[in-house]
This record gives sequence, structure tokens and C-alpha cells, in this order.
Amino acid sequence: MSLLEIENLAIALPAGADRPFAVENVTFSLHKGEILCIVGESGSGKSMSANAVMGLLPEGVTPAEGRIMFHGRDILHLSEENRRDIRGKSISMIFQEPLSALNPLMRVGAQICEVFEAHNLLTPQERMRRAVELLTEVGLPEPEKAVRAYPFQLSGGQRQRVMIAMALALEPEILIADEPTTALDVTTQAQILSLIEDLRRKHEMAVIFITHDFGVVADIADRVIVMQTGEIVEQGPAEDVLLRPTHPYTRSLIAAIPGMKERPPEAEGKAGSQESPVILSVNGLNKTFSTGGGLFKQARVVHAVNDLTFDLHLGETIGIVGESGSGKSTAGRCIIRLIDPDCGTVRLSDVELTKLSGQSLRMARSKAQMIFQDPFSSLNPRARIGRILTEGPIAHGVPRVQAMERARELLSLVGLDPSAVDRFPHEFSGGQRQRIGIARALALDPDVIIADEAVSALDVSIQAQVLDLLADLKARLNLSMLFVTHDLRVAAQICDRIMVMRRGEVVEMGPTAQVLGQPNHEYTRSLLAAIPGRHHEQAMRLAVASE
Amino acid sequence: MLEGFKRFTSNKGAAIGLFILLIVILTAVLGPLIYSDSPWRMVQRPFLPPFTVDGLPLGTDALGRDVMAGLVHGARVSLLVGLVSTVVALVIGVPIGAAAGYFGGLVDDALMRFTEFFQTIPSFALAIVLLAIFQPSLFYVILAIAVVSWPPVARLVRGEVLSLRSREYVEAATLSGQSTFQIITRQILPNALPPIIVLASLMVATAILLESSLSFLGLGDPNVMSWGYMIGTARTVIRTAWWLSFIPGVAILLTVLAMNLIGEGLNDALNPRLSRKSR
Repeated sequence: MSLLEIENLAIALPAGADRPFAVENVTFSLHKGEILCIVGESGSGKSMSANAVMGLLPEGVTPAEGRIMFHGRDILHLSEENRRDIRGKSISMIFQEPLSALNPLMRVGAQICEVFEAHNLLTPQERMRRAVELLTEVGLPEPEKAVRAYPFQLSGGQRQRVMIAMALALEPEILIADEPTTALDVTTQAQILSLIEDLRRKHEMAVIFITHDFGVVADIADRVIVMQTGEIVEQGPAEDVLLRPTHPYTRSLIAAIPGMKERPPEAEGKAGSQESPVILSVNGLNKTFSTGGGLFKQARVVHAVNDLTFDLHLGETIGIVGESGSGKSTAGRCIIRLIDPDCGTVRLSDVELTKLSGQSLRMARSKAQMIFQDPFSSLNPRARIGRILTEGPIAHGVPRVQAMERARELLSLVGLDPSAVDRFPHEFSGGQRQRIGIARALALDPDVIIADEAVSALDVSIQAQVLDLLADLKARLNLSMLFVTHDLRVAAQICDRIMVMRRGEVVEMGPTAQVLGQPNHEYTRSLLAAIPGRHHEQAMRLAVASE
Repeated sequence: MLEGFKRFTSNKGAAIGLFILLIVILTAVLGPLIYSDSPWRMVQRPFLPPFTVDGLPLGTDALGRDVMAGLVHGARVSLLVGLVSTVVALVIGVPIGAAAGYFGGLVDDALMRFTEFFQTIPSFALAIVLLAIFQPSLFYVILAIAVVSWPPVARLVRGEVLSLRSREYVEAATLSGQSTFQIITRQILPNALPPIIVLASLMVATAILLESSLSFLGLGDPNVMSWGYMIGTARTVIRTAWWLSFIPGVAILLTVLAMNLIGEGLNDALNPRLSRKSR
């Protein structure tokens, strides 16, 4: 007998939204002790269905049809009061961003105690004891001290553990996890996933796990539901859905996962561009940030980039890989002088960028351009695409008419319609905006492009398209690229060489196949081991091989 | 932008405000053509109550001047002072705030201490001192009001610029070789515009009030008829001829209310997400 039954659920969106229903005809059940993964791209309605279970629908969004049965009771239409009883006690939830889900001004222990307090359970002393127990259970180091810590004193992974401890406080029967590892590094993600796995086994808890990452699904799911634009397109046991997907959408999603595939040999041949001339040469680059500090207090010094030295050859792509805080983005920005490095030199062809300033820096910088992470904040919302693409060339003295001509060419080069010049950024989707960002970077005919997490904010299928575009442009225009990313799988697809950074230092650098195939450094190995979905990939390979 | 205008007019308060303001503007523009005589001219015996003599709908004041003519001419002065002093305050405040927010560090410190210097002095007292030093002409009244009302603009612009300058499109503009001036004026300021517009509409209202208060104290330009001056001269006879203070008072109230309603409507129209949340 199933624990939770969702029947025919439909949730209406307010008038004027892009579709009348956020989700429609959603029917599924959840069994005791199982992990059910709901997968889909952004806007597929996967979070909305989970929020309906908790009664956390945003204002203006209302359930239109269907039932959610929990212990023989329809909880979709409960009053707020009755719902409060279920929340936390029977069903609890953890969120994507652990920093914003915790109260920044309350000690961690007090926040866990609050859960008991809300349900009028235990005495204050017992509550504190339970808090320590819970923190021990979720594997927080030094739980007695941790209860007295404020959220900002904990790392992202530790905060997520605190959230899980809060969710577990009343031993709920169902845990809903809404993208709980998306904001975390791979190694931390792997730890959190195994924690959730352990806890559900110990408490026989059912878990609804919402994610966009098929790798994560492959690692933990018992059953999988695939959603597309508000409807369930496929559901079934994990092995079936992942290895023998029946719906074309599922197939395309799985195909779009950047795998640690071997690159085609012809690309490998081209990558032997070590003989081609050096285009960018970085030598002994250093950057330290110091925060805080005062008369009586030592300032906290962070070595964001420590003695970075490498050469980028013409037509080559180097991946800079690392977890958050490893200094990879700072390195990219120091090279291009968006941040001034403390010492070291950067030579771009024959110009020493680190020595320039003012007008000469402005002129020289046109040879190194950047593609940014967030397609929403990287385009000026009040400028038409034509203006965005021509401002750079015009600043460098190209006549307006000619610059506009070039803008149209660039748009068709990145696979957009040239008529886009007259439109505003908000009229485009995330993937299209990223294409515009790429066109802008190309507008000044740069020698080197620095891509800072250029595909991290995109859905997998869009990510694959943009990566294809970049690979294609690279081959056609013989671009040299620095590709900053946290995702080893993405790096594997596009990079000739990979540089692994940790805490500002390069721990390993070498050809992609070597770094990923036979890593020398222990840290690289741990990064590789933490990538979700590795077992699945082997299974896939076996399945293909046996056919 | 068109969508924003629709949202603006669908707000009932804002529509009423706009309607009142239009009437005031029409009066200010066309009124003096109808009442082409000087409002200072004596037309009848003093202290005529409203609606007693044909042709003098609002009666006469202590010196036998037409109250209606004064009101109409006063509208022009009030609006002029409100608008021009706000523009001048923006001209001072926006560059200071933008420079402080964009360059940061020492520039920011210096400019903000300078701004705080003005903020710590009560603005009305400063305006009185300024007018006591200069001659009380319309030019100096406007200048004095602008000088005391720019600091909030500078602070607002600084905050907006601070949050916008770290956007990736600003970094992209830096990389594409645009000059600092171009980045501030073309990339950053247009995006900081909505809150500035809202603040400006409210500043017009405060400026009108400030001008009235100054005229009430006899520090306004003695050559122009303004609402504040009318109330100021009528205060000695408030027990016998209360309407002489009441009528220009209502005019000030309605105009300021209209500006506030418009400001609020603009705020809702330009920050649709914010307004939906607050409801």
C-alpha cells in the first residue's frame, strides 16, 4: 500500500502566464522507504507538484483538480491549521539554497529547537539535546559546538546538513528534497547524496527528490518520473527509464548529459596544437584578498590565485576546473584585468596586459573577450541586441553601419535570426541569450576567449547545444579559449588540456584524456569519484556493448 | 514602457493624481492668459467673501486684490519652483551619487562625507539661512531648495549604481573597451532610472511645500504671487477672513497630494514585483 497518492493533479496558473496549468494530469504514488526522483528542465513543473504536497503554492497559483491522498486523507484541500500539523511532523522539505533557507540571525541549535517548539514537543533542555543528536546524525563535525554556530559560519554543505537535521527532527514519513545539491560542489553533493541514502534506510523514510541532473538520478533513484511542460511523460523504475527510455523527450535528455566520453580522434589530432605559437602566456600570477581586520584583529587573507603559470597555444582550449572558492573565476578575471592581480605577468600575443592602463589597456583588451555565466545579468536589459553587439566595435572606431552589418553576420553565425538586432534581451530564452553573449564576445575578433562557467546556468539540452556551438566556432575560427567550469564532464567535452585548481593553486595540469583517465593528484581523483552517475555510465556502456 | 503606462493608469490613485496635476498644469499655463492683469492690482474693496460679487468668484484679500487671480498666478510659480528645483537637485545629486557608487574607495568616502555634511543640517533651516544671505528672488529660492534637497538623490543613485556596477553586462562593456563615462551613462544609469523617477516625483511635492513655507515666512520672491505668500499675508486675519488662508491651502494640499499619488503609482508601475509582494 502506498504512502502518498497523487491523483490527477492539476494546478492552475494565474491568467497571463505562458500556459494555463503549471502541472496537469499528474498521477503518481510514493511507497514507504523509496526514493522517487522527479526530473525535468526548468519550467517543467517539477517543483510545483512537490509544493502542492506541502501546501506551499505561490500566491495566485491554485490547485484546480485532483487529490493528494496521505493516510486516507486528502491533504490538497486542508485548512492552513490542519496542514501545519502535517508539515514537519509527517512530511518535511529541504530546499535548494541552504543559506537563504536558514535564518541568518539565529543559532543553528535554536532553529532546530524551533521545529519541536512549533509542535509543542519536549522541554527546552530535551530539545537542545535532540538538536545535538540530530547534528551528530547528519555528520556535522563537533556537533556540540555547531549548535551554537550561526549559519554564515558554516560551509554550504554543512548548512544543507543542518537543513536535513531540521527536516528529520520529527522523524517524518516523507522527505521532499527540492534540488538540494544543485548549489553545492560535486564532492559535497556526493556526501549529501550518500547521507540522504543512509538516512532513508535507517528511518525507512520515503523521499521525493527533485532534480534536473540525470547523474544524480542514476545514483540514488529507485523510481523516476520525467516531466515536461507540466506533464508526466514517463515514469518507471530507475533502470528502465535510464537504460531503456521510451519517450523521445527522456531519450533526448539522457543523450544531452555531457558524459565523460572519449573525444573523437580527429579533435584529438587537432589538439596537438602544442607546436602552434603561444598566444597567451601567464607567468607567476598572484591575487590575494584580505577581509576584515582592524586595529586589534588580524585580517583574514585568502590566496585566491597562487603562482599561476601556463601557456595557451593558438587554437587550443584549456579548461580551468575546480570547486567553488578554488580561485578559478578569479584567475580568469585577473588574466583579463577585470580584477588587478597583485603580481605576475600576462602576455597576450606580444602585449603585456599587466603593464597597461587607461586607453592602451582599453584598446589591447579587445583581443581577449569573455563569455559570462548568467545569461540574465550579462545583457543590459535596456539595450537592443543591435546596440549590445555594436558598442564594442564602435568604441574601437568601427563605423556604425559596418558594425551593424557585422552584428547581423554574428547573429547568424551563432544560430540566431539576424532580425534579432531590433529586439530586447528579455524577448529571448536563456540559451538564446547565451548565444548573444557569445556573439558579443566575437564582435571584436578576439584572439582569446575566456568562458566563465558559460553553460552552468543552462538546462542540459540547451547546455549541449551551446557546447556544440562553441566547439564548432572554435574549429571554424581557430579560437583559443580558456574554459572555466566546475563541471568535469563539460570540461571533458570541449577542452584539450585541463588544469585542476584547489584553493588558488594548480594541483594538476595535462591533456584532457590523461587528467581524466589517469589522474596523478589525489584531489583530481576525488573530484572524479564524486561525479554523479558514473555507475550509470558504465552500465550504459555495457548495455551498448552487449547489443 | 507602454505596458508600464497601462499599469500606471490602471492604478486608481495614480489616475486621480494625474487628473489633478493636469488641471493644475492647465491653470498654470492658460490661467494667466485669462487673468492677464497683474495679480497685485486692487480690484474691489477688501475682505469680500467668495461668491458675493460677480467676476470675483473667490472674493478679495486684505488689500482688495482678486484671490482667484492670485491663485492662478500662484499655480505657475509653485509648479515652476517644484519642477526646476527638482531638476537642479537631480543635476547635482545624480553625478555625485554615480561617481561615488562607481569609483568607490576614497572618491566614495569623500563624496559621501560631503553629502552627509548637507544631510546633518536641517534642510529647512539651511534654506532659510541661504535665502537670508542671498536676495530673496525666484532664482535664489529655487537654488536654495535644490541645494537642500539633492542629498537623498545622491544616496539613492549611489546605492543603485553600487548594485548595478558588478553586473556582468557592465563587465562586458568594460572588456569591449568602452570609456568609464560611457559605461556609467549608457549601461548603468538607464537601469537605475525607475527609482530615480519615483523619488523625483515626490521631490516636486516637497519642493512645492518648501517654497510655500519660505514664502509664508516672507522669504519668497516679493515680486511673484505664490500660494505660500497668500497664506502668509492672510494669517493675521485668519479669525475674520479664514478663507483667505484656506483657499491657497487647499490648492497646495491638492497639488502635493497629486504628486504623491503619482509617485506611488509610478513606484508600483516601475517595480511591479515589489508592489505585488506588498499587497
